[in-house]
Amino acid sequence: MSIQVLKPGLLTTIQDQGRAGYQRFGVVTSGTMDVVAMRVANLLVGNDEYAPVLEMTLVGPKLRFQKDTLLAITGGDLTAKVYGRSLPLNRPVYLKADTVVEWFGCRDGCRAYVAVAGGFAGTEVLGSKSTYLRGSWGGHHGRNLKAGDQITYQNSGRLSNQFKDSLSRRMNDTNTIHRNIELHTDHNANSPAWFAPDWRVGSVITNLYSRRSRVRIISGTHFTDFTIESQRNLVNQSFRITPQSDRMGYRLKGAQLTLSEPLELLSEAVVHGTIQVPPEGNPIILLSDRQTTGGYPRIGQVITVDLPLLAQAKPGEEIMFKLVDHREAERLLIKREDALLELQQGIRMAMAQL
Amino acid sequence: MKSVKSEVKLFPLGDSALLVQFSQEMDEWAHSQVQALASHLENRSFTGFIEYVPAFTSLTLFYDPYLVYKEHVREPNISPYEWVTTYVQNLLSNLEAEKREEPRMIEIPVCYGGEFGPDLGEVATHNGLTEEEVIQIHTSSTYNVYMIGFVPGFPYMGGMSQRIATPRRSSPRLAIPAGTVGIGGLQTGIYPLDSPGGWRLIGRTPVSLFLPDRFPPSLLAAGDQVRFRAISMEEYVAYQEEKR
Repeated sequence: MSIQVLKPGLLTTIQDQGRAGYQRFGVVTSGTMDVVAMRVANLLVGNDEYAPVLEMTLVGPKLRFQKDTLLAITGGDLTAKVYGRSLPLNRPVYLKADTVVEWFGCRDGCRAYVAVAGGFAGTEVLGSKSTYLRGSWGGHHGRNLKAGDQITYQNSGRLSNQFKDSLSRRMNDTNTIHRNIELHTDHNANSPAWFAPDWRVGSVITNLYSRRSRVRIISGTHFTDFTIESQRNLVNQSFRITPQSDRMGYRLKGAQLTLSEPLELLSEAVVHGTIQVPPEGNPIILLSDRQTTGGYPRIGQVITVDLPLLAQAKPGEEIMFKLVDHREAERLLIKREDALLELQQGIRMAMAQL
Repeated sequence: MKSVKSEVKLFPLGDSALLVQFSQEMDEWAHSQVQALASHLENRSFTGFIEYVPAFTSLTLFYDPYLVYKEHVREPNISPYEWVTTYVQNLLSNLEAEKREEPRMIEIPVCYGGEFGPDLGEVATHNGLTEEEVIQIHTSSTYNVYMIGFVPGFPYMGGMSQRIATPRRSSPRLAIPAGTVGIGGLQTGIYPLDSPGGWRLIGRTPVSLFLPDRFPPSLLAAGDQVRFRAISMEEYVAYQEEKR
């Protein structure tokens, strides 16, 4: 026993990096929508950056943490509170046993991630604990959480344990109570419920998953098969994310995109971020739970570093695309990975110093 | 380096995948090239390689650009994509030279008609045949598996006789049990999981096409050849019991 689910939220699932290696058998990869927020949450609690986390969507759950826990919340701001006071985002947090955390609705972004030291336990299917809802596989019985569920953790490493203990000691140290403004208490004023150190992840990192309306793309394999007007509209007009959007893909509504002449295509592989256009002319961006192959023309590809921006854009919002070249997409990705490596080293040092 | 056949085109598919297109239309040469490249990649993987997805006439290679950059790129003006492209072009130039492996032949037992194949009669009537003739034609072809997609384990197969081609139903069924064999236009296929679908249902196999806890999870892979064999209800039940 580790977490008791009191309210499940709108769609709360266990996800990790997804199932790579089986797409040729038609196996959907799944995995977190915002992979950067997942990696940062895991780094903050001393985990492997791809350990299973909870992905929550728009309306978060209400969870009772039954044992002392080191956790981190990243991604969108779904208003996490303990006894009416906000829990900090993008920081490690020590939570005392039997503390209830409740999420009160979406303030910014769309998806929040919770990592606990050790990572969440769950059923592994084909090398991943990610929940695939349509196949009912992986994670917690292949489905979203329900009230009454019990979720468990895997064992955490030495660095995480030492860090958790030291945060717990600092919380209980009466001298710290008066000095540290980050100390919060539950309804019993003498009994603190959680404690966070005074450092947080910098904006260089959090900007990677901040909400932004401009999503960068590179031209797709069939870009020039579309009319000049459609090519222009793709980058000059905004597109609305319709309510028929989910982890499989975002269906967009905006200028109609049309081919110069009909194109008969054989199905072939599609990737995370492929923008395909069915005959009716409204583009679809393929995301984590996409099918492995598709037969519609591909007008563009969202660049890897901007996929988290989509994960944090919610139905009803407008997005605009900006064309960049392939080289630029690679350069941005290398820059991001260097920054995440640096973050990992920084967090390890900060944890060891406590 | 030997020259790569001019039809072969390489494109980026996003910033982390490379699409190798052998042809724009169905042809046997492209299919065999896809299989040859796939088996090359099985034997000559590289650091940063993630996986490949074969399709009718193309193969897509997924890689990690950061790993490729860290492990392989030694000159500042070479991008990870360019490095992977050069690597694949080298593989392509040796494809013709290497002896290709014989495709696997998989026999799939099918109990035709009855409650398992409620549309067998319609397929017969549509083509002016008896039900026995439809079964005889369906079991006498050898089918090529071009790719697996749509749902996990679903084989896209070619090679069905035109004599039993039947259009899809105008309204799809909401639930078709796993293992059901159907005909949709000129194609035949097997539903690996319970799913909705509009194909004409002619029978059912007791064999599992997809089991997530098996390795590999899918019975069929692109490049395989398939033959169907008619079995009786008694044999179907015997297979089912053997599985338990």
